[in-house]
Amino acid sequence: MSDETRSTAGTASKGWLSDVRLWAAIGFVALLIAPQFLYPVMVAKILCFALFAAAFNLLLGFAGLLSFGHAAFFGFAAYVTGYALQTLRFSAELGILAGVAVAALLGLVMGLLAIRRQGIYFAMITLALSQMVYFVALQAPFTGGEDGLQGVPRRPLFGIFDLSTNMEVYYLVLAIFCIGIFIIYRTVNSPFGQVLKSIRENEDRAISLGYDADRYKLLAFVLSAALSGLAGSTKVMVFQLASLTDVQWQMSGEVVLMAVLGGIGTMLGPILGATIIVTLQNELAQVGSLSTIVQGAVFVVCVLLFRRGIVGEIGPRLRRWRNR
Amino acid sequence: MMDLLGIPLPVLMGQLLIGLINGAFYAVLSLGLALIFGLLNIVNFAHGALYMVGAFVAFLLLDVLGIGYWWALLLSPVIVGLFGMVIERFLLRPIADLDHLYGLLLTFGLALLLEGLFRQVYGVAGETYAIPDSLQGGYNLGFMFLPTYRAWVLAASIVVCAATWYLIEMTRLGATMRAAVENADLVRAFGVNVPLLVTVTYGFGVALAAFAGVLAAPIYSVNPLMGSNIIIVVFAIVVIGGLGSIKGAIISGFLLGLFEGLTRVFYPEASNIIIFVVMAIVLIVRPAGLFGKAA
Repeated sequence: MSDETRSTAGTASKGWLSDVRLWAAIGFVALLIAPQFLYPVMVAKILCFALFAAAFNLLLGFAGLLSFGHAAFFGFAAYVTGYALQTLRFSAELGILAGVAVAALLGLVMGLLAIRRQGIYFAMITLALSQMVYFVALQAPFTGGEDGLQGVPRRPLFGIFDLSTNMEVYYLVLAIFCIGIFIIYRTVNSPFGQVLKSIRENEDRAISLGYDADRYKLLAFVLSAALSGLAGSTKVMVFQLASLTDVQWQMSGEVVLMAVLGGIGTMLGPILGATIIVTLQNELAQVGSLSTIVQGAVFVVCVLLFRRGIVGEIGPRLRRWRNR
Repeated sequence: MMDLLGIPLPVLMGQLLIGLINGAFYAVLSLGLALIFGLLNIVNFAHGALYMVGAFVAFLLLDVLGIGYWWALLLSPVIVGLFGMVIERFLLRPIADLDHLYGLLLTFGLALLLEGLFRQVYGVAGETYAIPDSLQGGYNLGFMFLPTYRAWVLAASIVVCAATWYLIEMTRLGATMRAAVENADLVRAFGVNVPLLVTVTYGFGVALAAFAGVLAAPIYSVNPLMGSNIIIVVFAIVVIGGLGSIKGAIISGFLLGLFEGLTRVFYPEASNIIIFVVMAIVLIVRPAGLFGKAA
């Protein structure tokens, strides 16, 4: 997706309007006070999916790899965390860590297989492997089959900080979200991120320059999987539930849509996309399959009319207007 | 009672037959995918959804217009094929010059849209479609009972696969198509209307999916989710066989269906995932796929 996804992150021009730190600070403060005005569980849900979409975008936007199987990491990490909290009685941070570790391991295995092929094959392989994870989740003894894991306890953080109210969980989610986004931001703007982008633009050339493209791609895949797992594990803390919905292929499609709608290859895009899609789902949840229909339509419209996503289309226009 | 490896022979044969029937659907679907991939270079994610639409068109023809199975077997592929040609002309062609991942995303959106629409109207329970009178009953082969309808599905799929293979490999039209796969610009320079050829190919590939849908209607219930369940398996088969060859798509479809049936006999817990496991092994041993050329 070379020309369409040129990164807008890190191309900050002069002026306070484009100071990343300033906007990050404003966003952070807004999120700090958000639960005073909005239902904290709803905002926490958006943050979880925003982190998920940003982790997915790390792979598609910056390494050019379209994975159709990210639900596997998100959903399976949720199961692991749920099981760790419920049955193994882990404390919150260890439960989440367990989920992340398993997601990273799963990412390593799936990544090793998937990077053997490119382009559409990569997408199909990740989809097929994640469907395998789905069937494992359906049949394995510890996942609760069709029911999933319900009523997962919110164990105290580090064994001391209470997480029993929605407000407390919200601030945990906010902290995790910030850490996750920070990791992604640093990765994208590091030498490693630059190599990833060069592989996205021209893999053969990157190889001829001496970069082991497969290793970079695998590392990006594992990192993306681990962060998706972090999002899934965090979601269990919010909803106290791990279910088959989180590992289904529809979930993989949803995260693709969030990133594409917001703008792949941008930092803000996936966050915006996740906010829109989650809000949309909440609004349309009452009306049967309307949510699926709308999502499908948004997909088609996005690909036909604004392939760079909302942020990708508006960003350059804003910059041009300012530079006049 | 005859036993084979501790499994009663009728049970073994019954599962193998189911495997072969599934294989027939896999083969017809991956054949369509391979055709479309050849000329359009996209993986048609909507293939499963259009297979589902094919089954629903047959159901609606019967339910609303009273048109029976045999006409549906002809009409449904034609209707869905025309629908596919409209999709290709107005949605896929505008993005044909972009990265092919966009084609995948667009057809994925279409799949969601179609599945959501049918789910909104018909729910997830599904509708039943009766086996036509002329195909009721079955034969007792001594070692197993062969229902007539299943024998018909198998025969029809094999004939359709063979006919498609003949069309592509042995006729002048097929030769033109293969030439367009190799070098579209050169074929165009010879005066062939390649864009039309592409539209017709997409329509034909999608019509094959609808045909499979009609065949499947009396076996499985006509269900909005039937497409997405099967298409992911077909994708794995396509990765195993490689999208490069028509023959490869057909053979790997039947073989993997059979293999899935065998797994259901000997280790039923793994029958859902066996094809994905095979895919993983093929990726390790022969990354380009069994019939594929190295990319």
